[in-house]
Amino acid sequence: MDFLIEAFKQAFLLIVNLDKELLEIILLSLKVSLSALLLASVLGVPFGAFLGMKNFPGRSFIIIFLNTGMGLPPVVVGLFLYMLFSRSGPLGFLNLLYTPTAMVIAQFILAFPIVASISQASVRKVSPIIKLTAKTLGATPFQIALTLIKEARYGIFTGILGGLGRVMAEVGAILIVGGNIAGYTRVMTTTIALETDKGNFELALALGIILLSISFLINLLLYYIQKKEIRTNP
Amino acid sequence: MSLKLVISNLWKGYGDKTVLKDLSYVFDEKKVYVIMGPNGSGKTTFLKICALLETPDKGEVHYYNSTNKILSKDINLLRKITYVFPEVGIFNTSVFDNVAYGLKIRGFNKKEINSKVEEVLDFVGLSHKKKQNALTLSSGEAKRMGLARAMVIKPEFLFLDEPTAFVDTENTKLIERLLIQIKEQKATTIVIATHDSPFAFTVGDEILKLENGKIFEVS
Repeated sequence: MDFLIEAFKQAFLLIVNLDKELLEIILLSLKVSLSALLLASVLGVPFGAFLGMKNFPGRSFIIIFLNTGMGLPPVVVGLFLYMLFSRSGPLGFLNLLYTPTAMVIAQFILAFPIVASISQASVRKVSPIIKLTAKTLGATPFQIALTLIKEARYGIFTGILGGLGRVMAEVGAILIVGGNIAGYTRVMTTTIALETDKGNFELALALGIILLSISFLINLLLYYIQKKEIRTNP
Repeated sequence: MSLKLVISNLWKGYGDKTVLKDLSYVFDEKKVYVIMGPNGSGKTTFLKICALLETPDKGEVHYYNSTNKILSKDINLLRKITYVFPEVGIFNTSVFDNVAYGLKIRGFNKKEINSKVEEVLDFVGLSHKKKQNALTLSSGEAKRMGLARAMVIKPEFLFLDEPTAFVDTENTKLIERLLIQIKEQKATTIVIATHDSPFAFTVGDEILKLENGKIFEVS
């Protein structure tokens, strides 16, 4: 029991004193996850919106594929990318293995299906009257598409935040492709795994508290977005 | 330039039911045409086909310009005609932004948008609600906002589907007054589908009846 109390005390001291190592790890985590999320949003929102607006053969298959991707085990993504990027792999010449870039790619693969799938469902949910109203007010097909995305914005934000929650918390994929190299590819989740293994609970706990706080903030934001959506869609 | 709408030999059905049967009509004057008819008679279908939101199974829908030339159904023509749905089709944003929509997509600058939107909101009596989210408006207010949003783009053809449905007497009277004022400007051909006979006879110049897939002139 004493060691638990001591570990918590030390963890809080690390946070309060803004420990340099702790700060570096947090910043790298945010840099990797936010880059992956930005990429997943820039590609996933238009792709999801397109799927939500159009009907074409194979659409249902793509949606099922995306939904499967939402539950993709991170270690499988890590394994797949490791095989691609390892020296003898087809993309080995890019020298990406054990770099933050490889970690961004891994997290992009995890976030993209969530962002695209929820964007698709949100755009699909917009009333057909809205599309016809935009059309009859003189909107071009591109302006109609932008209007539908704007109407679905709360759902799309929910998808983006869901993607952020997923990538911030995952450890399997980035551990395999990043290698957990101190000062280079070591992020919050991989540090927690390593330090727990070593019995250094202070740093692991401090990072755990910060990760939980980030998760809490994401959920708080989600709550407010959903509340706003309910208020404006009686 | 004045637009003329010519409908010839229109047929439209859903499944086994044919709602429009060899229907022909010409809308060629800047006045208010009111189409009446029982539920399921095809008023909405007819209006949507006229507004180029639906295609007929058979027949022709053509808009002519003042030199009697058929206009191609492109964005230039679509921007001269507009349709207001019974549910209005409210964007999840402020009343001001809803009304400004048609102007924004036409590339008007901010100053022009502000003055035109303020003017039309004043006309429909919604200036005090301009910052409010339009989804929170009452049915009557929403109908007036839909009318303002359509009027601000100065259409040559305005199609109104059940403009007084779900609306109280006070708002119906307001909508009547607004339509009469629009009519007096003689800049827009207005085609209305409604069940509401007193409303139809108050605002209409031509009362048409849609029955058994055909259109008849009542007055």
